[in-house]
Amino acid sequence: MKNRKLLTGPYLFWAASFIIIPLLMIVYYGMTDKEGHFTFMNLARITTPENLKALGLALLLSFISTLICLILAYPLAMILSEKSVNQTSFIVLIFILPMWMNFLLRTLAWQNLLEKNGIINMILEFFHLPDQTLINTPYAIVLGMVYNFLPFMVLPIYNVLSKIDKDVIFAARDLGANNMQTFSKIIFPLSIPGIISGITMVFVPSLTTFVISDLLGGSKILLIGNVIEQEFKQGSNWNVGSGLSLVLMIFIIASMALIAKYDKDGEGTAF
Amino acid sequence: MSNKLIDIVNITKSFGENVVLDELNLYIRENEFLTLLGPSGCGKTTLLRILGGFETPNSGDIIFDGKNINNLPPNKRQLNTVFQKYALFSHMSIAENIAFGLKIKGKTKGYIQDKIHYALKLVNLEGYEDRTPDSLSGGQQQRIAIARAIVNEPKVLLLDEPLGALDLKLRQDMQYELIRLKNELGITFVYVTHDQEEALTMSDTIVVMNQGYIQQIGTPEDIYNEPQNAFVADFIGDSNILPATMVEDKVVKMLGATWQCVDVGFGRNKPVDAVIRPEDIDLVKPEEGIIEGVVTHLIFKGVHYEMEVLANNYELLVHSTDMFPVGTEVGIKVDPFDIQIMKKPESEDAEAVGIEE
Repeated sequence: MKNRKLLTGPYLFWAASFIIIPLLMIVYYGMTDKEGHFTFMNLARITTPENLKALGLALLLSFISTLICLILAYPLAMILSEKSVNQTSFIVLIFILPMWMNFLLRTLAWQNLLEKNGIINMILEFFHLPDQTLINTPYAIVLGMVYNFLPFMVLPIYNVLSKIDKDVIFAARDLGANNMQTFSKIIFPLSIPGIISGITMVFVPSLTTFVISDLLGGSKILLIGNVIEQEFKQGSNWNVGSGLSLVLMIFIIASMALIAKYDKDGEGTAF
Repeated sequence: MSNKLIDIVNITKSFGENVVLDELNLYIRENEFLTLLGPSGCGKTTLLRILGGFETPNSGDIIFDGKNINNLPPNKRQLNTVFQKYALFSHMSIAENIAFGLKIKGKTKGYIQDKIHYALKLVNLEGYEDRTPDSLSGGQQQRIAIARAIVNEPKVLLLDEPLGALDLKLRQDMQYELIRLKNELGITFVYVTHDQEEALTMSDTIVVMNQGYIQQIGTPEDIYNEPQNAFVADFIGDSNILPATMVEDKVVKMLGATWQCVDVGFGRNKPVDAVIRPEDIDLVKPEEGIIEGVVTHLIFKGVHYEMEVLANNYELLVHSTDMFPVGTEVGIKVDPFDIQIMKKPESEDAEAVGIEE
């Protein structure tokens, strides 16, 4: 038994040096000013109008993106779960394939497509249609979020749906439920753990992203992620950046608490 | 036990190349406990699923109470199914599970409450209303599945190997429970199993199936005592199936000797198969038997001894409460009514003979 405990050593070392210590450092920076005195000022910086606006916009856009992902992903996951395993693995591959490409590259590709002189406007021009302002809009950011994070919504829902015993669905039909009732009373409630974990897996990265808003939103649209990035890189104010990060963490922890409440058996988080 | 309730006419079902049911005909009477018995892959579950409406036959008709229900979806059929793995709704309490069908039909709250209470009492699980399916044992879950089906007052209850996942003792208890339920409810049970003992214990009628064909239909006694072909004889209980020649009515030649039997109508000097159940072979002193043999194996099975006796180059399986040690020379006797004569299968596909009712 002792030897086995020894084997956990590298993981403990990893966890300590790359998870716990950095987290403590963020807490330290977030709770101190430049001279190292304890303060709540950094946390309070969230209340400035600009930062509140950035947080509000980030919450709004993440919420919209998550909703769109859910609407797109659920039917897809249902179709996938009804296919045989051979067919599914191919379709799942198609969906995962873009994820193997660099995240930055994918977003840059959208930048090229949406730009003022980008590919979409070129095509519009070719047909003598008026130019559209696509880039540097909240819509472009939402598009980027949906495109990048959609697979994270599809997979947990697919995972849960494909685990539902066909006989359970037959049983509902057998007891008199029509297709709609079977869906609303059986399939949907049973898939909630997958939906919850899909929502977190899309909502959390959407809320904290700064790359997507940077590339597709220009410098005009600031999300809370951009504000934090600027504090660290341009303002070199690690204290304020950490403070804002801590505030963001509270939002994320709240959403995790929500999962823990609904996803009791942890099925949805299998992915 | 009189009227035909379900008439299954010329049902054929295939999955791709694989023909699961071939021109199958069967009728099920009111209040009957009918068991579809056969090895896995014989088509029994497919037939049940066609009755339930979960599979569509390629051709043929299902007539229920005089009406063709081929195109009726499962939710419109007057029958309910108990699934092999219970298929309870894990996100609902026991009471909600049982109430599911009634709520969909728009019954009143009071009616539903009464029904839940009645059904739980019927399956001996009173007071389990607020438990979740996960917190129940396999046997309890199965009883809830039965309760959930019967509250809808179906004319027919379809049961798909409902006891398959339970251990032996529980299975035996549940067999009696099911017989009691069937008698109390007075409805038709169609029961699918591969367990011959289950079939013999509970059924009014057993339908033995193999490779998509019905092999024999009859009461448990008929099926056990008078199997119509080698497959049925082999599948139901242990048996010795011996090549034999019918010399004339009531006289058969096998194991190098001539035996008296009770079967008639096979013609003269016709090759046949003879079935003798292991418990019907009497071992006696060598000079008292019709033929002689030597005991080659002996196993104690609890209720009886199982022996193999070598006689004229045939290994005979014998069950007896008397013990004969290995090497003992014995005489072999069989009462005439314990020899069951069967026609030799005509086709090569010996096990899959379609027979006329």
